[in-house]
Amino acid sequence: MKFLDRNMIKIGAEAQTAEDAIEEAGKVLFQEGAIEATYVDAMIDAYKENGPYFVLAPYIAIPHARPEDGVKEASVSLVQLKHPVKFGHQTNDPVQLVFGLGAASSDEHLTLLKKLTGLLNDKNNVEALINIDNLADIQKIIEMER
Amino acid sequence: MMKVLTVCGLGQGTSLILKMNVEQALNDKGIQADVEHTDVSAASSMQADYIITSNELAESLVAHDAKVVIVNNYFDMDEINQAIDGHMET
Repeated sequence: MKFLDRNMIKIGAEAQTAEDAIEEAGKVLFQEGAIEATYVDAMIDAYKENGPYFVLAPYIAIPHARPEDGVKEASVSLVQLKHPVKFGHQTNDPVQLVFGLGAASSDEHLTLLKKLTGLLNDKNNVEALINIDNLADIQKIIEMER
Repeated sequence: MMKVLTVCGLGQGTSLILKMNVEQALNDKGIQADVEHTDVSAASSMQADYIITSNELAESLVAHDAKVVIVNNYFDMDEINQAIDGHMET
């Protein structure tokens, strides 16, 4: 299980489109060995097919696909975008925090989502994650939910 | 018991997050309910009293017998509480 480990966080990423942003979050999961490359494509396809419903709150997107699309390990990455990007969501655009979710079918998946929900239910955490520009301080906030 | 479905596009991630917060809200109110998460296509053939989902997916569920309740910010417990108070007969 990989929940926002040091190497799973990318700060100040550049993305022009929603697809770019999803790809960035997927790439982090891939580089850390949590998913197959096919899963990144599946994340982008899910967005194209089902729309931006996974923009769950203002500034927050949680792109993902299905476990069978190539997940090796339950995992969550974070890409903080330098500039906000529109995903086409009616109420929650624009997006600045992209949490790539490697959705597994194990209990660990549920554990990860609980941690993520605990982190993001607190508005102060969300604001901090958007604005902080160094990894150490971001890790401090995440550390509280581990 | 009251049956509630939380619904997202794939039934893997976001509907599970919504389920957790809806269960939390119902628990706090002392309301007993069976909350299940699923994807939008499976939801159409499942029996339920209420479906909770985002505005984006609500349109594809209008034909369902269940009452559809919309939540836009899945991490805002105030909005979830208000949605339950305003739309669910408890």
